[in-house]
Amino acid sequence: MNVNGFEPKIVAFTCNWCSYAAADLAGTSRIHYPPNVRIIRVMCSGMVDPVYVLKAFEAGFDGVLIAGCHIGDCHYLSGNVKAQDRIATLRRLLHTLGLEDERLRLEWISAAEGSGFAETIKEYVGQLKQLGPSPCRREATA
Amino acid sequence: MAESKNDVKIGVYVCHCGSNIAGTVDVEDLTAFAQEQGSVAVARNYKFMCSEPGQALIKKDIEELGLNRVVVASCSPRMHEPTFRRVCEDANLNPYQLDMCNIREQCSWVHKNGATAKAKALVSAAIARAFYLEALETREVPVTSAVLVVGGGIAGIQAALKVADGGRKVYLVEREPSIGGHMIQLDKTFPTLDCSACISTPKMAAVKSHPDIELMTYSEVVDVQGFVGNFRVTIRRKPRYVDESLCTGCGICQEKCPWKAESEFDCGLGQRKAIYTPFPQAVPNVPVIDPEHCVYILKDGKCGACLKFCERGAVDFSQTEKMVEIEVGAIIVATGYDLMDPSAITRLGYKRFPNVITSLEFERLCSATGPTGGHITVNGKEPKSVAIIHCVGSRDEKYHTYCSRVCCMYALKFAHLIGEKIEGAQVYQFYIDMRCYGKGFEDFYQRASSEGVTFVRGRPAQVTDFAMSPEEKGKLVVVCENTLLGRPMRVPVDMVILCPAMEARADAKEVARLFNLSQSADGFLLERHAKLEPVATANDGVFIVGCVQGPKDIPDTVAQALAGAAEALSLIDRGSVKLEAATATVNEALCHGCGRCEEICEFHAPMVRLNGRLIPVSSINEALCKGCGACAVACPTGAISIRHFTLQQILAEVEALSGVPV
Repeated sequence: MNVNGFEPKIVAFTCNWCSYAAADLAGTSRIHYPPNVRIIRVMCSGMVDPVYVLKAFEAGFDGVLIAGCHIGDCHYLSGNVKAQDRIATLRRLLHTLGLEDERLRLEWISAAEGSGFAETIKEYVGQLKQLGPSPCRREATA
Repeated sequence: MAESKNDVKIGVYVCHCGSNIAGTVDVEDLTAFAQEQGSVAVARNYKFMCSEPGQALIKKDIEELGLNRVVVASCSPRMHEPTFRRVCEDANLNPYQLDMCNIREQCSWVHKNGATAKAKALVSAAIARAFYLEALETREVPVTSAVLVVGGGIAGIQAALKVADGGRKVYLVEREPSIGGHMIQLDKTFPTLDCSACISTPKMAAVKSHPDIELMTYSEVVDVQGFVGNFRVTIRRKPRYVDESLCTGCGICQEKCPWKAESEFDCGLGQRKAIYTPFPQAVPNVPVIDPEHCVYILKDGKCGACLKFCERGAVDFSQTEKMVEIEVGAIIVATGYDLMDPSAITRLGYKRFPNVITSLEFERLCSATGPTGGHITVNGKEPKSVAIIHCVGSRDEKYHTYCSRVCCMYALKFAHLIGEKIEGAQVYQFYIDMRCYGKGFEDFYQRASSEGVTFVRGRPAQVTDFAMSPEEKGKLVVVCENTLLGRPMRVPVDMVILCPAMEARADAKEVARLFNLSQSADGFLLERHAKLEPVATANDGVFIVGCVQGPKDIPDTVAQALAGAAEALSLIDRGSVKLEAATATVNEALCHGCGRCEEICEFHAPMVRLNGRLIPVSSINEALCKGCGACAVACPTGAISIRHFTLQQILAEVEALSGVPV
């Protein structure tokens, strides 16, 4: 389903050490990407509480991106592994709420991957445009 | 002192950053938007908020309007959060009551349309978060007054000497049997043609004799624990099989040892013994026994020549690997670079033709301490014509896209040295662009050019021994398109020198993990800020100097080494260090003492104890807590939260971000 003129709204939880720095690098390198994403800085991807994700869908976001350091590179040794494990469970929970798998995305983006960050956002916006608005959107239910 | 909701007074400061932000984001509209948000007492914009007048503007408002929260919408917090935290502190506002809103790197620089709408969303989120920010106390802990320098090349040597000259204890750890690094392998150094050994051996000797430097060669760092100012480092000391305290460096063992191996120091062009010092000026001047070539070790005591001849009884086969633990306040990583192995580029013939050599091999051939005593010969023959091929693996999308920065200059140096040593020799430089950017470099380029060197602009397609004319017989032929003449050419020569890329060490990833650092896309280690913090890293208290950060020449390496020494000294000489206050905290009323936090924490910060109560409760050791938040998410009752990243703060951000349409 491709909804005409639909602009998905994405919230990204990015870790301070890798993915937030990657977003900064995309900036200093002036690599453009769609403005649909809003970034929240967290210290570690392992800090992202499932409650944040649920809140994001409740607040009307169409997609949630959690981005951290590559496995093995976590500033706190294993925060990203914890995030990965937790997200598997969370995905099942979201599924029961009628939210498609694609709405929650996990990416490892290092501080050197500015263009990788921009590419991820471009691709994700395209994907969510195909998918249409989140079934949890308040205005969508009207 | 509880603060009521009506007491919150937020000041919002929108920075134009010249035209960096204001060129894309409508800063007036954004300021007006901020002014309308709840609890915002004042919203202003200014050309450069980080400048002195910008800072004064914020301080004045805090003092006169009684602001108790500040939101600065400008660049990344990774750039200027410390600046604006200081501004708050100067005006007696707790620095943790500041929130930075990134509308430059993550908005104006990456969007055109929709940038103002996104900036509004980001500002509203920062305001929402600021509302819930709490004043936090920073902890101050003492600093260990010692520095670890890893790597004993010219970078590590300079850094160690400078710190030690400041009267501080230095541990210098080097993996190889001697310090000296790549620099001691070089013959002359550009552009001044100083003899490399003459300028580096006195430094090496100074390291050995310095009362404040503890030198550990043939050793490697295997574990790093702790945090800025308080690192605990474990070092593995490999067995030398020679007692450093007894050995006088007389060399009789090396003379008598019957077993030979290729000399690593001479790039395999010469030989060394199984018991050896890599080169005569080695520091320490104590040999090591190579267990892969020593017959006494390989065949259970079947030789022992060194044992017999050592009058001091310094040879000791009973030595085993030892682990040493040290405590330091700062770490300087100076582990250098690897020279790329050009045999991967098969068309250039390295390893196929003995007279195709690398630049480092040429340095050894040229050096008076080298395998030929400084005579430029291959198989006993002096070349009458030499081709030098630049950018082998550098500026090449198939290998490394970066420029290795030193090759143009040493290629010119080679031409000069060949001219000096071989009468009438013809030298060809195959280059893409001549990059002679440093002090004195252009003069050297002009000088080398006037010495009869032929410059050919073009990247050679092939080095072959296939002769197409009588004058190519028995020669190597460099096949190339001369891009200035626009025509192909074949140049017959007696020797080809390749200038391979300087690349990140093969184990750079392991080094990055060991010291909790990041790598750039090219594999070298990443500095905190390319311009303003060139030797600091994302890990406080760990500094990177020299080629571990990227290819550079000796002057730049030395400058970085001294910068690293200054960073380390300024850190340890403060005596104490302020630690991040954003750590975990336990609400005892909610804690059931289940111990999930204890299980999940990598740093052993939470501890579940009875503490005189009926059920056990968790408490956090703040000196160990890194604020990663793993325990807070794992806690089933929500008893643990992370200061400065509380549930309330983040949920407020999410809610506010969703409020502004895309």
